[in-house]
Amino acid sequence: MTDEQGTTGAVLVVGGGISGLTAALETAEVGNDVYLVEKGPSLGGRVAQLNEYFPKMCPPSCGLEINFRRIKDNRRIRTYTMTTVKSVTGTPGNYEVTLVTEPRYVNSNCTACGDCAAACPDETSNEFNFGLDTTKAIYLPHPMAFPRRYVVKKSALTSAGAEAIKAACKYDAIDLDMKSETMTIKVSAIIWATGWTPYDAARMENLKFGQSKAIVTNMMIERMAAPNGPTGGKIIRPGDNKAIESIAFVQCAGSRDENHLEYCSHICCMATFKQMTYIREQYPNAKIYVFYIDLRTPGKYEKFREERMADANAVFIKGKVADIVAEADGGVTVVAENALTAEKMSQKVDMAVLATGMQPSLAVQGAPVDLTLDASGFVISDYGKAMIAAGCAKKAADVVTCTQSSTAAALKAIQVSRR
Amino acid sequence: MDKKYCAYICSGCGIGDALDIEALSEVVSGEMSMECKTHGFLCGPEGRALIEGDVAAGVNTVVVGACSPRVMAKEFDFGQDKITVRANLREQVVWAEAKPEEGKEPHKEAAAFLQETAADYMRMACTRAKKTLPAEPYKLEAINKTILVMGGGLAGLTAAQEAAAAGYDVILVEKEEKLGGKAAGWRKSFPSKAPWTSLEENPINAMISAVEKNSRITVKTATEVARISGSPGNFGVTFKAAGTKTDWDAPQKVTVDQADLIAKGEMADPNAGLKKYTDLNPDAIKVGSVVLATGWKPADVSQYEHLGYGKVKNVVTNAEFEKLAKAGKVPANVAFVQSPGGKDHDKDFPYCNSVTSMVALKQAQYVCEDNAEGKAYILYQHMRTPGHMELYYKNAQNTDGIFLTKGNVLKVEENGGGLSVEVENTLLGEDITLNVDMVVLAAGMEPTTLNEDTINLAYRQGPAFVDLDLFDGYADSHFICFPYETRRTGVYACGGVRKAETMEEAIDDATGAALKAIQCIESTDRGVAVHPRSGDATYPEFFMQRCTQCKRCTEECPFGALDDDEKGTPLPNPTRCRRCGTCMGACPERIIGFKDYNIDLIGSMIKSIEVPEDDEDRLRILVLVCENDAYPALDMAGMKKLGINHMVRFIPVRCLGSVNMAWIRDALSAGMDGAMLLGCTYGDNYQCHFVKGSEIANKRMENIGDTLKTLGLEPERCAANQVAITDYDKIPQIINDFVEQISEMGPNPFKGF
Repeated sequence: MTDEQGTTGAVLVVGGGISGLTAALETAEVGNDVYLVEKGPSLGGRVAQLNEYFPKMCPPSCGLEINFRRIKDNRRIRTYTMTTVKSVTGTPGNYEVTLVTEPRYVNSNCTACGDCAAACPDETSNEFNFGLDTTKAIYLPHPMAFPRRYVVKKSALTSAGAEAIKAACKYDAIDLDMKSETMTIKVSAIIWATGWTPYDAARMENLKFGQSKAIVTNMMIERMAAPNGPTGGKIIRPGDNKAIESIAFVQCAGSRDENHLEYCSHICCMATFKQMTYIREQYPNAKIYVFYIDLRTPGKYEKFREERMADANAVFIKGKVADIVAEADGGVTVVAENALTAEKMSQKVDMAVLATGMQPSLAVQGAPVDLTLDASGFVISDYGKAMIAAGCAKKAADVVTCTQSSTAAALKAIQVSRR
Repeated sequence: MDKKYCAYICSGCGIGDALDIEALSEVVSGEMSMECKTHGFLCGPEGRALIEGDVAAGVNTVVVGACSPRVMAKEFDFGQDKITVRANLREQVVWAEAKPEEGKEPHKEAAAFLQETAADYMRMACTRAKKTLPAEPYKLEAINKTILVMGGGLAGLTAAQEAAAAGYDVILVEKEEKLGGKAAGWRKSFPSKAPWTSLEENPINAMISAVEKNSRITVKTATEVARISGSPGNFGVTFKAAGTKTDWDAPQKVTVDQADLIAKGEMADPNAGLKKYTDLNPDAIKVGSVVLATGWKPADVSQYEHLGYGKVKNVVTNAEFEKLAKAGKVPANVAFVQSPGGKDHDKDFPYCNSVTSMVALKQAQYVCEDNAEGKAYILYQHMRTPGHMELYYKNAQNTDGIFLTKGNVLKVEENGGGLSVEVENTLLGEDITLNVDMVVLAAGMEPTTLNEDTINLAYRQGPAFVDLDLFDGYADSHFICFPYETRRTGVYACGGVRKAETMEEAIDDATGAALKAIQCIESTDRGVAVHPRSGDATYPEFFMQRCTQCKRCTEECPFGALDDDEKGTPLPNPTRCRRCGTCMGACPERIIGFKDYNIDLIGSMIKSIEVPEDDEDRLRILVLVCENDAYPALDMAGMKKLGINHMVRFIPVRCLGSVNMAWIRDALSAGMDGAMLLGCTYGDNYQCHFVKGSEIANKRMENIGDTLKTLGLEPERCAANQVAITDYDKIPQIINDFVEQISEMGPNPFKGF
């Protein structure tokens, strides 16, 4: 790949989720050039994994589709998937950024016809679906992926698999010798929209994630509820595929806890009310238990909460879950103290959903360059240095707040280019 | 543009295996009289070189029969001055072929059916190519790039400063004598940075002085906006002294029926004495776009009788308590009531969002700061301190003198010199009565748009934002992904007018609104649309000689883009337009169209579909598909090989709102057997990107049923369905069921006439 140079005022956006897409588009539609880089093989980030948004219960792919069209229609945006920032030198307004693109092993000849995956004998855990099913070792990141191009997980590919996929591709699109590539770009400002990672549920030892298949995370529920997910939209207990007769939602699984995430992750209460809707649509009589500290559904979310709390088969318990015990029949018992009655209670359910919080991705990965992070790993914007945080890289927030802060970040970046 | 055409058909991705490419090519070169080339891998380097070579030799209108237009956009982009039309042979023909049920033989004519489908898509694409004209952007004669910011509070000050920092001139208008808004009355602000534990100096005075010193910002205090006329890039703003009435005040909307009544003297003219909305004030100040930051008003809490506000002394609102705190010392024993519901419900006061939880924590801290033995009791149902604010909450929990409990506040009464507060079901495991000096109610922040027009547009559709009751009166967007979209192009709301926000949120929000205001100006300057068809250089053109002044276009435009001129003829304002085409769909005279999308173009595409004579296996059903959500869902159905009946033909439309019933009539009079619309959900949780399009289209379809009846056709031959982009598993069933229903009715009796 040849080195490319941006024109004056180009902006680099790091992260291709809803915040990065928004920041990139809002910047480019003013008239600045934009480089949008995404670590993964497709754009869309976390929201691409969500089945529906609260409170409208509308599909995130609807907004992503519009944003992808805006990208296709806009000559000012250049997108790079499987790409990360390696280093930044220079001064604000005049940065030189080195980007590294990891090999996809599929080149631009790919038409996404799917013949390779059909021929591929090798399967691997599907990370997009949190390991709830498998994909072929050559796969589309997910059915609505943009760019629509296959990618190879080389570690999962056998030599027989390599031969099979190469033989199946009519377009000479598979290049297993592809190497990582480096390029340097010039930009005036950098927007960090590196997003969030679900907090590792296994770290809360008392919640026993990984010890019973009946204990899942809220993000796993999103994938199960999605029509393009591992179960075709059906919420069932992993492992034995049992239909759900009772389910517990465990709020603040990691959040508001100084041993884990000391802040409130902002979205988990709304996410649980949303997921109650998924459950109710599929199981009209299932018993739902919600264990919470506070129900943080402010403003327009109050109505959303009220509608769901009217559910006669839902019980809300103010109390933090102390323990989850795996039962022999495949279910689990959730143990908590009711803060209002001071009584200890145990509730046996078919499945427990951990409302795991958001951890800033940079807290897990580390910042690639000299960025100011707070104690939790959120990026603190430094406008003087033209290092600007957006979305959940900046704070735990819902999608509306993320798109707002990303729009704001676009202006801060444009200001640098006009200084 | 002198058009030179060439069509290309790709035989890759299974297209060539399923279709007779040579025969398909002959349909193009024969019937459509267009040169046609084929290639096995058209999107590959060699295939593109084939097309690029022809383009270099003069071809400027390219028809590509290959994959969906949603993919390979860059590969098949031959330059902005070229026209490219795509026929979706892969996802919606070959991959969408209905396969026989397991164990059953395919229909003996299955291959012929598929070939006929592909031929129709090529006919339609060639027709579209012939009818498409290059876009000619609408440019204003003169554009004004000044940004008007309405409201001089925290959000308005921020928007003004941020827009100015990007190089734009700003007029900041504030109705009070001084800048600062509500924030000017705050003693301290919430923490805005790590470690998120301490109150901060109120930044408002520093912001005011920065704005006042900024040479790009013109501040007008004690001033209000009487009216805003015009459109983005060329708004005319009439200012007036705050609190006065002038004849330039924005008039209310008067419907056609009301105008009749007024003319007959049967109704009082609400706009008596006011200049008409079409009158232009020669002294108006020109601006390019508007940021609405008119903020909020404290909500009235006197209806909660058990809490005693207005009757019991020393029961105050949080806003009043803040004034006390700013002026001096606050009392030593104070209860903060966060939720008014008592036993009945656990909601916060209306219009609170999470702000009032934070305010209570802040004000509790004042109690402890001002009084050595100060005691503050926060009585809540749910403490709402999202994100980092949790750290401030935790800090308060550890502060001596601040007591927090969940509980139902049943009653506030006078008790001796003080007040008693009865609380039930607390975390202490018992009911308690607190004796305090003062009770503070966590009153909400009502947006100014709740009870006032606020924006004061001189538009035919009226002075205010429409349908805000859906958002409790907030000037909010309905779109989670696109929070700044409003139904008035060029006006972007931020701050308390949009939701109750903390200072930190309001600053981000205002900066975002300033960006959108700038973006609107720059897009207008380039002559292109703003969201959601950002960058679209086409716009609706009107052939006014044939206009009958029926006003449907002006009434139905979701964005209020159309006014009336002196004679009552529609007066388009292209820079307000979002290019959905709802006006085009509305027009019974069919005089509205875009260069690349108009009545004739789609009508001709429909007429280019080959309609066989009576043959029950060869019915033809037209499905007009919203390109935003339903069309991608169809592609997905194709990718999943779900199988769609071979008698259906899809045509993407900008929005169902743009569907003119003439197309349905064209289809049926051409002998097609049925027609369906596939578009977005409407109603309170609408997903239509143009807000009203799918709803309007559904109404029109109901009416066409009656028309069909008068023609002797079954109304069931027409249908409209709401689908989401994720309904790809359901859509084939919806379509196939419809086909079955039409099959039962039998062929269109007018076939062949």
